[in-house]
Amino acid sequence: MALDKSELEKIAHLARLHITKAESEEVMLRITDILALIDEMQSINTNDVAPLAHPLDLLQRLRTDEITERDYRDELQSLAPEAQEGLYLVPKVIE
Amino acid sequence: MIEKTVAEITAALNAGDISSVELTQAYLDRIIRFNDDLNAFITVCTDSALSQAKKADEKRAKGDTSPLLGIPLAHKDIFCTNGVTTSCGSRMLQNFVAPYDATIVEKLYQAGVVMLGKTNMDEFAMGSSNETSYFGPAKNPWDTARVPGGSSGGSAVAVAADLCAVATGTDTGGSIRQPAAFCGITGFKPSYGRVSRWGMIAFASSLDQAGSLSKTAEDAALMTNVMAGLDRKDSTSIDKPVEDYTASLSNSLDGLKIGIPKQHFAEGLSSEVEQAIREALVEYENLGAIIKEIDLPNNHLSVSVYYVIAPAEASANLSRYDGVRYGYRCEDPADLEDMYKRTRSEGFGEEVKRRIMVGTYALSAGFYDAYYRKAQKIRRLIKNDFVDAFKEVDVIIGPTSPHTAFEIGSKTDPVTMYLEDIYTIAVNLAGLPGISIPVGTAEGLPVGMHIVGNDFAEAKVLNVAHLFQQQTDWHRFKPTAFEKES
Amino acid sequence: MEWETVIGLEVHVQLSTKSKLFSGTASQFGAEPNTQANIYDLALPGVLPVLNEEALKHAVKFGLAINASISKTSVFDRKNYFYPDLPKGYQISQLDFPTVGKGSLMINLEDGSEKVIGVTRAHMEEDAGKSLHEDFHGMSGIDLNRAGTPLLEIVSEPDLRNAKEAVAYLKKLHSIILYLDISDAIMAQGSMRCDANVSIRPKGEIELGTRTEIKNINSFRFVEKAINYEVQRQQEVIQDGSRVVQETRLYDAELNETRSMRSKEVANDYRYFPEPDLLPIVIDQAFIDSIRETLPELPDAKKARFVKEFGLNDYDASVITNNRDMAEYFESVTRDSGDAKLAANWITGDLQALLNKNNWEITESPIQAYRLAQLIARIKDNTISGKIAKRIFEGMIEDSSSVDDIIEEAGLKQVTDSGEIEKLVDEVIDNNPDQVQQFREGKQQVLSYLVGQAMKLSRGKANPNQVNQFLRNKLK
Repeated sequence: MALDKSELEKIAHLARLHITKAESEEVMLRITDILALIDEMQSINTNDVAPLAHPLDLLQRLRTDEITERDYRDELQSLAPEAQEGLYLVPKVIE
Repeated sequence: MIEKTVAEITAALNAGDISSVELTQAYLDRIIRFNDDLNAFITVCTDSALSQAKKADEKRAKGDTSPLLGIPLAHKDIFCTNGVTTSCGSRMLQNFVAPYDATIVEKLYQAGVVMLGKTNMDEFAMGSSNETSYFGPAKNPWDTARVPGGSSGGSAVAVAADLCAVATGTDTGGSIRQPAAFCGITGFKPSYGRVSRWGMIAFASSLDQAGSLSKTAEDAALMTNVMAGLDRKDSTSIDKPVEDYTASLSNSLDGLKIGIPKQHFAEGLSSEVEQAIREALVEYENLGAIIKEIDLPNNHLSVSVYYVIAPAEASANLSRYDGVRYGYRCEDPADLEDMYKRTRSEGFGEEVKRRIMVGTYALSAGFYDAYYRKAQKIRRLIKNDFVDAFKEVDVIIGPTSPHTAFEIGSKTDPVTMYLEDIYTIAVNLAGLPGISIPVGTAEGLPVGMHIVGNDFAEAKVLNVAHLFQQQTDWHRFKPTAFEKES
Repeated sequence: MEWETVIGLEVHVQLSTKSKLFSGTASQFGAEPNTQANIYDLALPGVLPVLNEEALKHAVKFGLAINASISKTSVFDRKNYFYPDLPKGYQISQLDFPTVGKGSLMINLEDGSEKVIGVTRAHMEEDAGKSLHEDFHGMSGIDLNRAGTPLLEIVSEPDLRNAKEAVAYLKKLHSIILYLDISDAIMAQGSMRCDANVSIRPKGEIELGTRTEIKNINSFRFVEKAINYEVQRQQEVIQDGSRVVQETRLYDAELNETRSMRSKEVANDYRYFPEPDLLPIVIDQAFIDSIRETLPELPDAKKARFVKEFGLNDYDASVITNNRDMAEYFESVTRDSGDAKLAANWITGDLQALLNKNNWEITESPIQAYRLAQLIARIKDNTISGKIAKRIFEGMIEDSSSVDDIIEEAGLKQVTDSGEIEKLVDEVIDNNPDQVQQFREGKQQVLSYLVGQAMKLSRGKANPNQVNQFLRNKLK
């Protein structure tokens, strides 16, 4: 399956990636190649096969409802590109 | 001493022939000397390594003889290390100083290891050559014009060139085993769920597994003894007792049934690689093993399936890199949308972006069933092939890679690069343990042999690898350019 | 044209747990920004989720309370979208295999009838953080304290036909949740939130009209107003010859209107897929049974019992059982006073008025159950009259001493001494010759006037039954 320009724009937006005009031809070509590789799967009949999400047949463990984490906001916030008054700052969020 | 195995070094440390501080200094000296050529390390922790070594020596003086006490190792830069930059080979995390330790990092510290530094890798572990690293490719010590394999390329190089005694790695589609093969060392990936993923930066959550790059299978067993085990912080970590993997290393292989998948000895395999593997199989026959051809009929689909599942999981796993709470943020974003898009476009390299887009596409409305769901179904078929095979054989053996290390820059097309992992990927899809050990050379470059075991048959895999290394010296072969000089 | 409204509600309830859904970080309301945001909640590289057992129990408990099917296997999925208050870039939710399946609950309509409303499903998910829009040099501030707080999203069937039914449904849900003690469910604080899917269709039509989703409704009152506004708006759109656009609309309580959220118009494609960091949650019958054992008597059952056991009317029983604390208060008063009817009258009357006036919860009432019971006991043993009791009740609000002391102090004890009452009656007969004459001529209704005069004379303290008796005897 070939990827067209509008599909590329759509997935780039969903993934919040910016693809320049200069890049887009190359990117489309590469992804189309990858999709061709992937499409080998389509030759197999899987009608009666249950999907396998995990290699191991395990079940979810539960965590006791306890507070195990302490507050070290200032240390964690020192990692942030921009923070003020305990808040992470981002360009204005428009509701 | 630096060329010795962990087991040998431990004996020397215990005998007082050398101290951990001396040993650590020797490795640090080599790192200073060779890292410019090899680009194996992204970060070197000179001061903390020496102080850890000093502490280890003090403990030993008090009678502590723990197996990894004072052993200088390197961590792949995918593991979070408290207070130390953890870049994952990406510009996105170039300045990210992790505020916590990954579980395996913590466990290894508790065992008394010395951390020399963090090793180079393909960006977010996406690559088979180390060329996607933001910090430039690590170089193969056997020929620095060649790739060391990937994604755990830096770790493989560091072990092969004696820049550390042993190293950690991660393996999502072959990322420990393939670089081990290319660099002539031992690379072990335990079963999915055997080693905690907490603090290991996620690429593809249902495939990622931590393991070791070492000089021998015995060293891999020593590392696994410490790294394996239940971690309640990782829901996918298994609650199953950890064996002493060194205990069964020397078990007899008399009567061992080895399966040879016919699909792994077919078109595409270099004849010299095949030759080396066939010769290794003769060694096993001499040890009493029985060789049997097996069929893995869906194996050829593993690359296709992998390139749906891994990118799909990655596309979500990498959404957190948005420039808000840590990591890279673009300069002067015009608005929120601009911040997201430029941060991510500038922070991620091409291959990472490509996989994010493939994964996004595979999950998007209208394609989910045809791609993601289909891939999960075939994943079951691939797993079932192994289930059937292990009814008849104890281990499966084949080549780790179709050929030896290739030249840097020689594979520009992503699909060609993806096919590098044709023999290793199915093992991740099925969650099985696998090891690559050196079994010969082809045109002066190492050849790796792949040994795969059934679910949680780590001990068996290590046993099979170890006995081969007891019979042969391939694991002692060194790249001459970086041989010990002092 | 006559229109029919079709409403379905999506209600988000924050589950009361000490820690978050997938991390051991505290999840209290009102903490300083980002002091409850740890490495997992901030989605640092390498972190992984582990499910909080309590949250799962709460979800199952809710499911059992609405007679829903409980999934033996449920699965978490990732819902992908970018937003600064969503640290991982995906929300862990449940798409195809929610923990709670189909169930239902009963609502009471204004005409006294009941209606069953279907609940399609209820699933667990993580809450997001908050964007604060105060001006930080043109930027927004992000507080992630709320990120990862466990939510139960309860989705109703489109069974609601007007705003009042929607409110009744929401109130019933609220009542059940408080009975179960699985959430504070305070709409003003956001621990209970409601989105309404609203559409209209010509009466008799089976096909559903195009719906809009109204967000940001944060009180019961606004649910009614927002829906009524939206229904009106949709009717006008259609009558103008246009079509209703499927979209998300924000309710603005100040202007009492809904408006389109154009900024979120970009077609969302959430790319759900099973969360690979979590495994399927499998629960067995024993687990379900152990939770069933913790279920309290629920509002409907309690109401039925109150009607049957205490002879309450439907209305009183509804009002009282609507609130678990109120029901407990009632049972306590009834037990101590021995009179359910009086207890119900006092609670639904004077006490309710008092609480409403002061905006108090029943648990905050200055008149505790045992004191109201004492008051009722004094009415029953004729210490005071019903009328005096109302004055005592007023006094009890400020005065925390015992009911008997208050009666004593006010000198309001009922006069039951026959000598005193006889004197009163004589005085009334002397003062009202005309009325006495009329009574004697057979005008029976004059008697109540004479009783009233006697009560007045005693300043309400005389026992009216005794007065009545004496008057009848003397005027024979």
